[in-house]
Amino acid sequence: MQKAEENTQYAITAKNLTKAFGEFIAVDHISFNIKQGEIFGFLGANGAGKTTAMRMLCGLSKPTSGEATVAGFDVSSNPESIKKNIGYMSQKFSLYEDLTVMENIRFYAGIYGLSDKDIKEKSAHLLQHLHLDHEKNKLVGSLPLGWKQKLSFSIALIHEPKIVFLDEPTGGVDPLTRREFWEMIYEASQRGTTLFVTTHYMDEAEYCHRVSIMVDGSIAALGTPAELKKQYEAESMNDVFLHLARQATRQAD
Amino acid sequence: MKEQFLAFVKKEWFHIWRDKKTLFILFGLPIVQILIFGFALTNEIKNSRIAVVDQSKDETSQRLIDRIASSRYFDIEEFLKNGDEADGAFKRGKVKLVLIIPENFGSSLKHTNHGAIQVLADASDPNTASTLTSYMQAIVGDFQSDLNEGKKLPYSIVPEVRMLYNPQLKGAYNFVPGVMAMVLMLICTLMTSIAIVKEKETGTMEVLLVSPLKPILVIFAKSTPYLFLSFINIASILLLSVFVLGLPIAGSLMLLIALSLLFSVACLSLGMLISTITDSQQTAMLISLMGLFLPTLMLSGFMFPIENMPLPLKIISNVVPAKWYYFIVKSVMIKGVGLKIIWKEALVLTLMTIIFLGLSIKNYKVRLALK
Repeated sequence: MQKAEENTQYAITAKNLTKAFGEFIAVDHISFNIKQGEIFGFLGANGAGKTTAMRMLCGLSKPTSGEATVAGFDVSSNPESIKKNIGYMSQKFSLYEDLTVMENIRFYAGIYGLSDKDIKEKSAHLLQHLHLDHEKNKLVGSLPLGWKQKLSFSIALIHEPKIVFLDEPTGGVDPLTRREFWEMIYEASQRGTTLFVTTHYMDEAEYCHRVSIMVDGSIAALGTPAELKKQYEAESMNDVFLHLARQATRQAD
Repeated sequence: MKEQFLAFVKKEWFHIWRDKKTLFILFGLPIVQILIFGFALTNEIKNSRIAVVDQSKDETSQRLIDRIASSRYFDIEEFLKNGDEADGAFKRGKVKLVLIIPENFGSSLKHTNHGAIQVLADASDPNTASTLTSYMQAIVGDFQSDLNEGKKLPYSIVPEVRMLYNPQLKGAYNFVPGVMAMVLMLICTLMTSIAIVKEKETGTMEVLLVSPLKPILVIFAKSTPYLFLSFINIASILLLSVFVLGLPIAGSLMLLIALSLLFSVACLSLGMLISTITDSQQTAMLISLMGLFLPTLMLSGFMFPIENMPLPLKIISNVVPAKWYYFIVKSVMIKGVGLKIIWKEALVLTLMTIIFLGLSIKNYKVRLALK
């Protein structure tokens, strides 16, 4: 009973979550709880184990030990239910360039099992919101990168997932578009969607409600940006990050 | 589940349809290949240019030369004065064969019942040389039996040869099955493996894996349009070979199509297997071309007869799916046999498909767990 309560309260929980590849321990006993509607920044240098941790939470990879729940479902035993309740946008651009805007929307909505009526309503709303009405029959490949990223994010939200994983969503985007992108993230958060974001931009880390910093497979720090800056007596998140990342012994891949 | 599958196939179809260049190759290739093999490249040798040295210059030698000139196999390009000029004629590349009729050919034949002629052939191309000399021998043999007409020979054996299944010795009987194997291999294996690996390269595969779609559904949905394309190609090759090359389909058309689809599925699953072991389109293409396309060409029996291969190659040829398919198409299409005779080959193809599919599904799962 207590467990069920925990699950409904938190969107994501991890307890001693560990993944080992042979001798190498990629993720070493990490624990955290993420509340519904929270924007959780997941930071770490390349090779710190971020991607592996995220893959476990998305149900793509089974933990070696420890446990984690996403949207109330266990990652080891119920990855299929997790997949229905999450959205995902990767660091690589994840729309089809040779399909039009509308075809991309229809395809992704279709594989999440949305009905035709829903698809029609949602896509109309989405196009209007992004001011892409006139571009809906253009190939995605012809759009500027910033628009693609925003479209990609909106499509990741089309099936109204409880949690969205964003893997370096703003890579290669200009500062203005990044700003607009974060406004969209805030909107989603206000609607109650939980956002799990990895990023290399430390100014973006400041936008997160809470931030964790991974070093060598473990979580070295966890808290609100203000708490972390105070704890490490740093001026910015950038300084906090550098302070922690320098302690790493593992080589980046 | 069904809606997801259809949405996926539709999207896949857009990819294929938007890529006009590839589409053109997919449909153009089989047509061009059939036409090239049918009209331009042929194993039959017609109108070969030859030179003649006639030192006998009598009625008999003239009749023999006329006989040769009137055959459709030979055109007499030039007359040489003596045998020494033959070398020059070959080296100029003008003629493939030189016939030398010695000085006393006619009189010797008349008086001693024995005449000798010499045939020189350019064996830098050994197949052509042996084909041409055997044509020449046949013509001379004919000429000889005409001379003997009405006379009683002490012994005579006349082999009566009939070429079964392909009485006109058309090359098309050989290459149509070969082209079918090649085209299906190309579309199903190469195109499928590239299409799947492309999604890995662009990062869309990750999004698909995080979605509720089952990985196996992704792979099947991706290959479905290619199965459809290969069906269209089977149809167009068969139509061309029946109506343009005049090649009849001796056996059951349904059986031929069914087994062609079986071969397509075998190639598709091979394409899937390739896509699970590589992450780049270039590697996928290299593996498909070097590892599959060349063996299909060399070891299926299409270009070179398997019976003449050294033992190791003979053994290797057994794992080339095209070898079995080539045999099936030849048997059904040309000899008109039924499943009763070729069930073994069909079974081998089925087993291969099951193994490839099993391996690719297993590989797929292993990769997911490791990353």
